[in-house]
Amino acid sequence: MLHIKCPYCGMRSQNEFAYGGDANVKRPELNKEVTDKEWDTFVYFRKSPRGKHLELWHHISGCRQWFKVQRDTLTHEIYKTAEIKEDI
Amino acid sequence: MHQEFRLNTIGLINRDKKISFKFNGKKYFGYEGDTLASALIANGVHLVARSFKYHRPRGFFGVGVDEPYAIVQLYRDGETDPNCRATEQELFEGLEAKSVNCWPSVNFDIGAINNFLNKFFPAGFYYKTFMWPKSFWYRIYEPFIRKAAGFGVASVAHDKERYEHKYEYCDLLITGSGPSGLASAYAAAKNGAKIILAEEKPRFGGSLLTSEANIGNESGKEWTQKIITELKEMPNVIVKNRAQVFGYYDHNMLVMSERINDHLAKSKKYSPKQRLWYIRAKEVVISSGSIERPIVFGNNDTPGVVLASAAKEYLKIYGVLVGKKPLIFTNNDSAYETAVEFKKNGISPVVLDTRNNPDSEIISEAKSMGIDIKFSHVVIAAKGYKKVKYAEISKISEDKKSLGKIENISCDCICVSGFWTPTIHLASQSGNKTKFNENIDAFVPGKSKQQETTLGSANGIFSLEETLKTSFEAGYEKSKKITKKDNKISIPQVSEKKHSKHDKFWCVPLPKEKKYKRFLDFQNDVAVSDVELALREGYRSIEHVKRYTTLGMATDQGKTSNLNGLQLVSNIEDKIVPAVGHTTFRPPYTPVTIGTIVGREIGKHSKPTRKSPIHSWHEKNNAVFVDAGVWLRPRYYKRGEENLFEASKREAENVRKNVGVCDVTTLGKIDIKGPDAAEFLNRVYTNAWLKLPIGKARYGVMLREDGIVMDDGTTTRISENHYHMTTTTAQAANVLSHLEYYLQIVWPELNVNVVSTTEQWAGAAIAGPKSRSLLQKLFPGTDVSNEGLPFMGYIEGNLFGVHARIFRISFSGELAYEVNVESDNGNFMWEKIIEIGTEFSIQPYGTEALSTLRIEMGHVAGSELDGRTIPYDNGLQGLVSKKKDFIGKRSLNRKAFIEENRQKVVGVVPLDKKTSIPEGSHLVRDSKAKLPNPKLGHISASCWSVEYNNPFSLAILKDGKNMIGQKLFAMCPLKNKTIAVEIVSSHYVDPKGERVRS
Repeated sequence: MLHIKCPYCGMRSQNEFAYGGDANVKRPELNKEVTDKEWDTFVYFRKSPRGKHLELWHHISGCRQWFKVQRDTLTHEIYKTAEIKEDI
Repeated sequence: MHQEFRLNTIGLINRDKKISFKFNGKKYFGYEGDTLASALIANGVHLVARSFKYHRPRGFFGVGVDEPYAIVQLYRDGETDPNCRATEQELFEGLEAKSVNCWPSVNFDIGAINNFLNKFFPAGFYYKTFMWPKSFWYRIYEPFIRKAAGFGVASVAHDKERYEHKYEYCDLLITGSGPSGLASAYAAAKNGAKIILAEEKPRFGGSLLTSEANIGNESGKEWTQKIITELKEMPNVIVKNRAQVFGYYDHNMLVMSERINDHLAKSKKYSPKQRLWYIRAKEVVISSGSIERPIVFGNNDTPGVVLASAAKEYLKIYGVLVGKKPLIFTNNDSAYETAVEFKKNGISPVVLDTRNNPDSEIISEAKSMGIDIKFSHVVIAAKGYKKVKYAEISKISEDKKSLGKIENISCDCICVSGFWTPTIHLASQSGNKTKFNENIDAFVPGKSKQQETTLGSANGIFSLEETLKTSFEAGYEKSKKITKKDNKISIPQVSEKKHSKHDKFWCVPLPKEKKYKRFLDFQNDVAVSDVELALREGYRSIEHVKRYTTLGMATDQGKTSNLNGLQLVSNIEDKIVPAVGHTTFRPPYTPVTIGTIVGREIGKHSKPTRKSPIHSWHEKNNAVFVDAGVWLRPRYYKRGEENLFEASKREAENVRKNVGVCDVTTLGKIDIKGPDAAEFLNRVYTNAWLKLPIGKARYGVMLREDGIVMDDGTTTRISENHYHMTTTTAQAANVLSHLEYYLQIVWPELNVNVVSTTEQWAGAAIAGPKSRSLLQKLFPGTDVSNEGLPFMGYIEGNLFGVHARIFRISFSGELAYEVNVESDNGNFMWEKIIEIGTEFSIQPYGTEALSTLRIEMGHVAGSELDGRTIPYDNGLQGLVSKKKDFIGKRSLNRKAFIEENRQKVVGVVPLDKKTSIPEGSHLVRDSKAKLPNPKLGHISASCWSVEYNNPFSLAILKDGKNMIGQKLFAMCPLKNKTIAVEIVSSHYVDPKGERVRS
């Protein structure tokens, strides 16, 4: 079970959180023309990197904040966690 | 009551307290402090099991967790536990145990014929033999193998014991209370660290209990007692015996199983049988010690062949002799301690040492005591079937390849020692890449991966002095890092005997013409010849050899066999052991009961049960409940002898004719506030929200980004910047996360807050033509006329002193309202509605009637919004705005979503107007078509239409919009039904929607 530092609450066990996918995904802006390909990339395509991965987690059984986690998908090492507005 | 193999002088057992027990139906007695194994050996019982494959007689081999043979079925307090290790099971009054894997008895086992057919059971036998014909597997092979193999029998009765889970945090977790564990724990605790010291056995001390070395001026046992007593009194220390740390997981989380009542005749009241600890430790000290490994020789599985260290422990802890004519076979010094211990107790052993005239203090001591030692000698084979009677021994050449003349030597046990294997399981589980230590012929932990340190013999250090020194230092350093304190205690002096080097010898060659089985893995009956065969057949990777031969795959996980297996593979392959590598160590280190893993999460505890504040009223009024997610909802209210069908039909009819009331508290409710709330809703829902007036509700549909409908519900504008959203019961949690995602990540510029208010409001849906008359009486001071409260209107009212929100919304398709009050007033509201509604013939209705009403109205719900349908499929395309953008809109013009013959919801009526169509049935054009019959759609929901008094269903049907009026077949192979049906509009009742506006 991972030990994750919520930027708002501190270190908590993984069972308080929900995984929320790749944090690098950026939703196309509203009302903007996007090609099928761009839209497909946004909706369906995700990288599955071996190693460092920037991802979203949601503190569902806690403060209910979404935040960023930089995690190694191979070793589960967590390098850093940050609020959404911060850059990693 | 004489015990033939019990000594009167030594041991840590309590001879004042006799305990009687039964084994295989026969009565014996032991003493308090005995294990089942030590008590049986004391009584001269050596034959306790039959081997897995060949059903060979088996006795005891070890004294603890490494025991491969003595697996018994335990009976306790009316319950039975399979696969208990007799070496670990403490004796209690009335204990009953039986041998497993033998029939009719352990003494006469028919399966032993396999032993004489062993030519037919080579490695990979099952893979080779039971392949063909395929159809035989389930009917013949598998049942046969299951009966013949396997150990104990799991109880089919409900386990009435209690199991618990516990979470704990600490600075240091120390796994094992031998010298390294005690020293590091003591040093760390004295330096202010919060520690947990876990010992798997009942007694603390590990090797100190049987060691002759002194610490300061105390024996190992006395020193242990002193340290443990002091630790137990410290507030920053948790000390646990009978607690096995069996798994090392990510981020320094370890799992420990604590046996709390297993050693008692009956569980203590209010106390769990076993407890699972989840421990998050800042630092971990692995002080798990080492396990003696055997030397491989012929018939080395015969009862009476035991590990030398086990023989010593049986003597020194239990006062039990494993035999009276011991032969000790060793390649190192540690077995001499066993020999000396026998001699001290009046038994004269013979020692065979593979080494050529080694010299050390302990060997000199043995010599001076007059112990018969034969250097450069080996045991070729144990002889005797159910117990060792004699051994074939011989001299061995310096290169260990040729044997001398075979001699027979009489003995009743063979105590074998092939040196020590560090217990590195936890270190390896933590991700530590282990390395091979040439000096000890075994793997030790390499560079730490997580915050773990391995100390003492688990790290390949067998000197007590060095162990204590490094462990005191480690405990101090680790705690200093955490507590920032600097309280260092001095390291005590140690007096111990120095050992000479062990011999790198592990397997006795077979003399010509001898075909003895030489076992590597005792529990799974894997012999040297099996591994040789696997390699001849081309298996190279140690992981493949393991799976093909089952070496190390039994419940003991190869604790005594792994290294010898590796030695053999590396010898044949002419590689060195580290090049062969070892198989992966996986948790659990020792078997853990399912009960412990499950803990309290059984029955009603396996998930929370949510009840509405009106629940007790429902109970009192004969509600039959149904699970709706984690909620319990009334399915129907039973009257007299009614069944589900009759009751729900009555309830639904009453809604259509008079008025009904339904508990809708379970609907998800989300409070939305902020100046940008309208803009936010406009982006979340497919329809327009910017112009919704205050005091109005609107039905909305929300999509996922892939265009699939996520949820639907009504949202009401309470005031300028305040909205009340409802979701379906099932999707409430997902919708909230979805909204939070967009507010926090995608559009953080929107000034909006969302919070769940599901539990804050109790809700009652009042539906039926008489609902307005009832509402008027409930809220006499409020204008609830069609003008005052039009369809999709919202007002607040006063329900006999209780503040209420009144929504004119309808799921049933009738004139209907939903009244919400604060949860605490839920029951009051409900009782008022029933009380005043009586004159309008009100009846409560459950989810079954609710479904009937919505289905015949063609209102879609969860069974149509099933995560595979878009708005068009549900007839909701009118709610999709063409003017504005919203979540998922871009996906809706994907090719498949705009196809002309896209699936759509339709109504389905059986031609005979009698036969109900099972949900999930497939719609096909031709009921007799060749399989696979092309599927045109499926029945999503079925009911008995109370309006027309015949069955009616909804279906999602290919090209649904052009299928109205067509005749198809609904086929349900599960129920073996084929029903001729007609496709009709999904709006079966009141297609113009006049009633809700009346």
